Amino acid sequence: MATTYVQIASVSVGIGGAATMGFSSIPATYTDLCLKISARTSNVASDSANITLLTFNGSSSNQTSKNLAAYGTTVFSDNATNINAGALNGTLGTASTFNNVEVYIPNYAGSLNKSLSLDKVNESNTASGNGMALTASIWSQTAAINQITLAPDSGNFAQYSTATLYGISKS
Amino acid sequence: MADTKIIVNCETGEVTELELTAEEVKQREADAIAYAKAKADEEQAAAEKAEAKAALLTKLGITADEAALLLA
Repeated sequence: MATTYVQIASVSVGIGGAATMGFSSIPATYTDLCLKISARTSNVASDSANITLLTFNGSSSNQTSKNLAAYGTTVFSDNATNINAGALNGTLGTASTFNNVEVYIPNYAGSLNKSLSLDKVNESNTASGNGMALTASIWSQTAAINQITLAPDSGNFAQYSTATLYGISKS
Repeated sequence: MADTKIIVNCETGEVTELELTAEEVKQREADAIAYAKAKADEEQAAAEKAEAKAALLTKLGITADEAALLLA
């Protein structure tokens, strides 16, 4: 049971947008990490046309994911070789809506491959744009996670996109 | 297009906004191309699957609802 739940750091995108946002020098003193993301893209695109890609320690390799998603009346599942950290609304979509994602990374500083789970919600005023997804991923590397980077699959994060990292300990 | 990255150092709390390096820009472009291709391949596969499904339903002479009832 989590006894300690501490905010480690938070990052927010300013007026010019940003290609990536991330965390470096993550301390190895917690048991698990929890990352909460609220993001939007400045791309000229519809709701959910883009996604956030998550990488650890500067590497986009050795990632495997199983996704289960529902958008509008469509339910689908797929496998991927990236970590999809949520859909992004663009300027052609619903104004002022930021999609919310929670990423849970247990034993991030251990010596085994790193598994993680993602709970994603996409908000939209259109029936087809509303959606949710659950993802189970694995980063097949045994190094401790000390860096997390978030980037849209193309374009930039819009102003006011944020990511907050929490450390969780069992004592 | 902004080519800046925002990084927070979790040890010091310092937030830094930096220009992407040339290598990072190149990697970003490569990642975007790779993702676009993967997405296109996925959409192509889904379209082919839908086409095959429609053809099979026509061959069997049943609707999608009737097929779902059979499989329930």
